[in-house]
Amino acid sequence: MAEQLRAWNPNAIEEVIEFRGETTLVLPRKILRAVAERCRDHAELQFNLITDAVCVDRFPHEPRFEVNYHLVSIPRKDKIRLKVRLAGSDPVVDTLVPIWPGANWLEREVFDLFGIRFAGHPDLRRILLPEDWEGYPLRKDYPVEGFRDVPMMTGFRKSSV
Amino acid sequence: MTTVETATGATKTMVLNMGPQHPSTHGVLRVLLELDGETVVRAVPDLGYLHTGIEKSCEDKTYSQAITLTDRMDYLNPLGNNLVYCLAVEKLLGLEIPKRAQYVRVMMVELQRISSHLVWLGTHAIDMGAMSVFLYCFREREEILKIFEMFAGQRMMTSYIRIGGLALEPPAGWRAAVERFLKMMPSRIDDYESLLTGNRIWMGRLQGVGYISPEDAVALSMTGPTLRAAGIPYDNRKMFPYSSYDEFEFDVPTRTESDCFARYMVRVLEMRESLKIVRQAMAKITDSGPVRTEAPGIVPPSREKMKTEMEALIYHFKIFTEGFSPAPGEAFVTVESPRGELGCFIASDGSPKPLRAHFRSPSYINLQALPKLVTGQLISDVVACIGTIDIVLGEVDR
Repeated sequence: MAEQLRAWNPNAIEEVIEFRGETTLVLPRKILRAVAERCRDHAELQFNLITDAVCVDRFPHEPRFEVNYHLVSIPRKDKIRLKVRLAGSDPVVDTLVPIWPGANWLEREVFDLFGIRFAGHPDLRRILLPEDWEGYPLRKDYPVEGFRDVPMMTGFRKSSV
Repeated sequence: MTTVETATGATKTMVLNMGPQHPSTHGVLRVLLELDGETVVRAVPDLGYLHTGIEKSCEDKTYSQAITLTDRMDYLNPLGNNLVYCLAVEKLLGLEIPKRAQYVRVMMVELQRISSHLVWLGTHAIDMGAMSVFLYCFREREEILKIFEMFAGQRMMTSYIRIGGLALEPPAGWRAAVERFLKMMPSRIDDYESLLTGNRIWMGRLQGVGYISPEDAVALSMTGPTLRAAGIPYDNRKMFPYSSYDEFEFDVPTRTESDCFARYMVRVLEMRESLKIVRQAMAKITDSGPVRTEAPGIVPPSREKMKTEMEALIYHFKIFTEGFSPAPGEAFVTVESPRGELGCFIASDGSPKPLRAHFRSPSYINLQALPKLVTGQLISDVVACIGTIDIVLGEVDR
């Protein structure tokens, strides 16, 4: 798989991670869309289903964000994870909605909870939180109990200290 | 009120707000429907009313503490949620689970699949106006919940599957209870089918309603019975077997019509297949043997050991205070839940709490196809479409 993509574009893959039988391809942000398109269309790859998009915040390390895309090839019974690393100062990556329309809500969820911008997304709005919510709750610099002041009463404490 | 262009020229359309408190949205789902007469022109689902931040809470708990949170996501499939979470943590740790525990896990999640499909069938029948089926389905579900209570002490939020195996040894008399259920169930499924499958009202409400092409279904990342009703036999139990599913013989029912009726048929056939798996699992489960793997510092030691061995006592204390620290890395595991592909992604940074725990909830992603299913349909068919996607809002919003 990795050789296949390297033969096509020598700069396509920054790093290949093998861990517990799972393969992760770390891609440069610029060519994510092109690699994703090749993953779907090439006869030896055929990753026709995008099953999940997950963001990980490694604050305070930089590059801070990692966006993982989990792909499944139903005809080939195979799985792969694509990963792009994004700096905290510029969390923007190309959308994959034109390739897999199912990425729409997956990316909206990542946007909603982490504030990653997906360039070219047709409908990038908050999905789980209210439209007027401030901040991105799943970022590591967002406290678990939130920013809102909870009145303290003697004998009680905040849920997580 | 907005105006849209139709074939007959500009007409007025009406925006109707369905939910969030509506009996047929199965929880707190709100759908904005733009209607031209009774035909749906546009549908926009609005979610998040039940968002509780389970993924954020997981990051603040040790690995074993988060199991109780997973129960509360898909409340019709708590054992399946426990399973996917534990499989992900076990993969991260590289743990091997005793065969006996694996078979018990399979048996439990298959019983859970039947109970979840029963709730689906009952509530969907009520949506379509068949009250009595609901009562019959809940009668049988009660039997399954009694079995769960026997095993785990809980009817719904079981937390029975734990990291490294199971919480408890299977209880005395479990074989007789499961056997009784297996004897009763096939004829009960026949009863539902005789009430519904050939019923003209049922057929009229479901056949040809909510069609989606197989290509669109895959492109929109649909999984589970909704995808299999479109003719694509994608089932994680067969494609990427976990928990020894490769040792079981069962079929993956598919249909090609891809309408609401096909989804109903797939679910009914799946219940019968699950019964087959439960029977095979029962034969495989031995009467004695370990239900937890030996992993000092990760899996709690038995009570007996704790009272005789100093080390076991120390490990027990450490597991329940500090927790354990898997090696840094990431693991993604998918299982077949009653609603589709349920996934769990866990990233570890080597500390006793997960850096990130994410759940790929099938209802959330299947719901994405709702606008595609209902556009051009009548407003009464929206209820059938939402019903046959089989959403659980606790899982959609997490």
